[in-house]
This record gives sequence, structure tokens and C-alpha cells, in this order.
Amino acid sequence: MKKLFAMLLTLALVLSLAACGGGSGASGGSADSSSGSGSGDAQPSGGSGSNPVVKIGVFEPQTGDNGPGGKQEILGMQYANYVQPTVDIGGTTYDVQLEIVDNRTTPENGPSAAAELMNRDVSVVLGSYGSGVSSAGGSVFQEAGVPAIGVTCTNPQVTSDCDVYFRICFTDPFQGPALASYAYNGLGVTTAYTLAMLGSDYDQGLVYYFKEAFEKLGGTVISEEFPEGSSNFVSYINNAKSAGAGVIFAPVSTNYAQLIIEAAGAQGFEGSLLGSDTWDNNKVAESTVGKDVSVEVTTFYQEGGNEEFDAGIKEWMNANSDALTNNGGNDMVSAVTAMGYDAYFTALEALKAAGSTDAGAVLAALPSVSYEGVCGLIEFDGIGDAKRDQAYIKRANTETGAWDFVKVQGVE
Amino acid sequence: MGQILPYVINGVSVGGQYALIAIGYTLVYGILRLINFAHGDVFMVAGLVMVYATASMPFYLALPLVLLVTVLLGFTIERVAYKPLRTAPRMSLMISAIGVSYLIQNLAFYITGGIPQPVTNPIPWISENVSLLGASTKRVTLVTPVLTILLVAALVYLIQHTRIGMAMRAAARDFETAQLMGVKINSVISMTFVIGSFLAGVGSMLYFTSYPSVAITSGGMPGLKAFVAAVFGGIGSIPGAVVGAFVIGLCEELIKGLGYTTFSDAFTFALLIVVLCVKPTGLFGEKVTDKV
Repeated sequence: MKKLFAMLLTLALVLSLAACGGGSGASGGSADSSSGSGSGDAQPSGGSGSNPVVKIGVFEPQTGDNGPGGKQEILGMQYANYVQPTVDIGGTTYDVQLEIVDNRTTPENGPSAAAELMNRDVSVVLGSYGSGVSSAGGSVFQEAGVPAIGVTCTNPQVTSDCDVYFRICFTDPFQGPALASYAYNGLGVTTAYTLAMLGSDYDQGLVYYFKEAFEKLGGTVISEEFPEGSSNFVSYINNAKSAGAGVIFAPVSTNYAQLIIEAAGAQGFEGSLLGSDTWDNNKVAESTVGKDVSVEVTTFYQEGGNEEFDAGIKEWMNANSDALTNNGGNDMVSAVTAMGYDAYFTALEALKAAGSTDAGAVLAALPSVSYEGVCGLIEFDGIGDAKRDQAYIKRANTETGAWDFVKVQGVE
Repeated sequence: MGQILPYVINGVSVGGQYALIAIGYTLVYGILRLINFAHGDVFMVAGLVMVYATASMPFYLALPLVLLVTVLLGFTIERVAYKPLRTAPRMSLMISAIGVSYLIQNLAFYITGGIPQPVTNPIPWISENVSLLGASTKRVTLVTPVLTILLVAALVYLIQHTRIGMAMRAAARDFETAQLMGVKINSVISMTFVIGSFLAGVGSMLYFTSYPSVAITSGGMPGLKAFVAAVFGGIGSIPGAVVGAFVIGLCEELIKGLGYTTFSDAFTFALLIVVLCVKPTGLFGEKVTDKV
């Protein structure tokens, strides 16, 4: 009798879990294909149901340290899919379906998420936010011969080590020196303190390029690292203060960025906090409100760069509570969202140029694709990187919690 | 002196936060011989409740509500996941604890969507900046160790001088005999969970005044380190847990101050291994005597 009861209980649990899982899928944020078709449902129904379907894979983190950034990048793609739900390939109109998987931020989980996309038979992959996991997924894409378009993964190894990886953003060998020029020439600082997370390709790479450029300009750099899961940055800020650093450069994920800003505010750090593209997030800007800190970041897009796009996506997000939640609760347009939008249209251009939904044909067509996106012109060089030599610098407004444009920065 | 002062202040404050969590581990272990792995997650839930409660109601309602919810959660966990396993082997209890930990984390994931929830309304007064001997810090940093010590003093009084305290001591000494002597063992155990959760709730409020957001994994690291502190001080001993927590908090921050930032966490866990190898009963731990 007791055994029977236990079995019934187990059964009930399993069933309720399955029900929960289904529920979260339908509500739109989760990692199954129903969210892809869910955004399809939102389209105006123009009798498009009968069209053949072309699948675009979305390889993005929705959980883990980079979850918030990944979700914002997906938003750009979903909005693009809403704006342009069909594509003409070789004279036939196809419905575009986004296949979204969660690569959970870490390189260990990258390959299995990538393999999942390959199983769903996608023609081209977009993503990921975060360089480490992109590299990890790259080997799977290469094996399958499916092209991938990196959206905001800035580490050079993503494309250099993988023939099928392209990317539409600038790279760290550009971003690091651009920030170093800004700190040395723009802010007039001679001592910089860098902070990176142990074991993060992205952090370590950027710190390396920043340090190299800053020392070349004649400055001194003190570098420190923190273990994953740290929450107390007070001592690091004190170390920076006692070293006499004028800037703290911390190209870390948004969670840590908020903690560092908090600690810098509490410890009365007088210099600037410099962040990379990961810091370009509403939550980071909001966390500076009411604090005596100066936060400056390099990024891909500044809100206001394309009025039509800004207005459109704001309207779309405000009409869709899930999208608003994924954007961090307000309708500020993050640069990664704009980049996600551009990535989607770059993929459509490649599909049109290929004239086929075959992954091999798309791969062959990608190098010659040229597309004028909201974040600027996208053209690829020999390695597959976008040709870009300018980054936007913006500063967090400690009164309004929004980003203010500072200047366009190149490498000097 | 002015150089190391900020590190010491910060270390003591971190130690106070660890201490409030460590007491929960050590109390439960003292009576049930169970490492309550869900304790770190109770701490995290308290943080989440604080975020939601302070956003929708005034502080004099929100803060008691946080404590109430945390205490109820601790009580419920014990009744649902541990009490039915009272006669089961201790390993089953441990596995149940791990299960509860993951359940809470995933429920929190479901509710928050995995996005860290920003602490938009930190508790006033203690979240203001103050300057102490030239070092700037938040007032909570100074309040934490004082409040910790006051709470521990109250707890020690409760255990030494009240009826329920006596029952707890009896249960910790010998579970079965205490039961035979008429101690209502279930209410004693519930009481330890209530106290442990209450302190974790207080710890959580102080902790998330210093930090800007509550993520679903926020309970992980503090929980783990508080556990190390409890083992270091001698698990089962309240003064041990407090001393252990302050030692670990101070050491971590001083190591960072010396420039070995990379090793600050490694130190904590190396300490755990060394203590377990050299002095498994910790600083103040009871000697294990085999009962015949």
C-alpha cells in the first residue's frame, strides 16, 4: 500500500513537472521551438501559413551570468522576425522561423546546445552573446558545415579558429585599444587598474589588448582577477585606490558590473569605471543612479542612432510583456538588441544571395554579403570579421539612469 | 594602518554576514546531525522576498514580512522534506536536503525568469555612505558585526536560560533519551529551523543592502562559505560558527588586500580541507564519543 502511494506520488510529481515545463514554454521565454513559433503567431496573418519554412538557429544564453544579455540579443532577432517574417529565396517566399536554444553561458554547455540546433536542421545560426561559448559551439557548426553569424562575441578566436563563423561586431583587438586611447588621451589617466574574471576568455582577452595598448601609450597597468561567483568587490576597489589608478577597466558580465559599481560608489572611488560592450545594459545604467560614480562604456549602437528602429522596437516591446521583462523591465534599446536585429537581416541577405536554404550555399554566399544595418555597414573581411573601426562611447547618467552619448572613438 | 583599515572593516562585515548564515547550519547539525544544504537558498529567497516586498509596501511592513516568510519557509522545509525521514538513514536526509536546495533554486528561476532582481529600494539609513577614519563605506558594514554579536548573545541566552533552550540542548546531547524524557522533539526541531531561518533572513537583509541585485545563485557562495565557517569553528557549536565566520571573512579580505586576489576563495576551501584532515572537530567542536 505504501509502495503504491509512493509510486502515485512520484507519478503526480512527474506529471506536474511536465505540465510546468509546457507552461513555461508557451509563455515564451524558454528554450524550445514553441517560442519560435510563438513569435510567429504574433505576425499579421497574411495567409502565410502555406509557405515553406526556412529555419534560422538562435544560439544564445538565457540562463547563467550572460542570460540577461543573451535575452536582449534575442529580442532584436524576434523583433526583426516580426518586422520581416518572410524572405524570397530563389523566387519562392519562405516563412522564417527562429529556432532558439539556450547555451547557458558556459563553454561546457555550448556543444550540446549547438548540436541541438543542428538536429533542428537550421540553414544559418545567429549568436552567441559571449565569446567562450561561441568558440565552443563553433566546432560543432564547422563539422555540420552550417554558417554562424556572431552578433556581439568580440574575441578574435571565434572567427579565426573557425571557418564557418562570421561576425558583425568589432573585435577585442580593436575594442581594447580604443578604450585604452580613450582612457589615456581622452581622460588623461596614466595608471589603470584592470579586473577580469578567472577563466573567462572574453574578460582575459580584452584586458590583454587593453593592457598592451595602454602600456604602449606610456601608462602603467595593474591587473587583478577574481573568482567566479564573487560578490564582494570592496577590497578590489581599495586595491585600485591604493595603487592610485585613475580608471578601473573591468570587461565583466553585467551581474559583476553592477556589483563593481556598487562597491566603487560605497568606497568613494574618484576615477572612472570603464566597461566594454557587456556593460551596455539598462540594469548597469540604472545601478549608477544616485551614486557618485562615472561609468563609461564602448558599444555598438547608441539609442537615437536610428529613430525609426527605436520607435518600432519600443512599441513592440511595450505591447509584449514578456519582451519587456526580458529587456530588464523598461524599453531602453540596448546595443546588443540592435545588433541582434542587424544579424537577422544579414542572415536574410545571405539566404537571398545563396538562392537556396542549403547551409552550404549560405556559407558560400556569406563572405560577399553587404548590408546597411542600424548599427552601420556590415561587410566581412577574409577572416569573417566585420570591417569596423569605430566604437560608440557612452556614459551612464547618474540622475536618470540612462546612457548619454559621449563620442565616437577609434584607435589613436 | 590607514592602508589596511578598509580591508579590516570590510572583512569584519563579511564575517558578520557569514556568521548569521553559519549559525543556521550549526544549530541544525547540532540536533539533527544534518547538513541543511537548502539553507543557502533560504537565504536567497529572503533576498528575493525583500526585493518584492520593499517595492510594494513601506519598510515597517516589508521587513517583518521578509522575516515571517523566511521563517515559514524554513519551518515548511523541515516539515515536508525532513520530518518524514526522521527514522530513515542519515544519507536519505542529506539527499533530501540537496533536492530541496535545487527545488528552491528552480522555483526562484521560474518566478524571476533567471534575471537578477535589482534591489531598487535598499533599506534607508544603513545603506548610506559614511566615512570612518578616512575610509568611505556603507553604514551597513559597521552595523552588521554589531547586530550579529547582539543576536548571537540573545541566542546564547535563549539556549542557556529558557525551557526551549534546555530542550534543544537535551536533544543535541541525546536525541532518543530526550524523547523518552518527554521532550517534544518535533517542536524542538521546528524551533531550530525557525531560529536558523530567522537569522538567515536578517543576514539576507544586511547582505543585499550592500549588493545591488539578487540572483537565483546568490545563496550559493555565501552559503558554502558559511558552511566552511561552521566546520572550521566546530560544527554544532554556536560560538565556533561565529568565530569561524569572522576569521574567514577577515582572512579573505586581507588576502585580497595583499594582492593575491586570485587565491581568496581557494584559501577558504583549502582551510576546509586542512581542518577536516588535522582537527575534524574544528576549533570549539564537541568530541565525538561512540555510544555503546
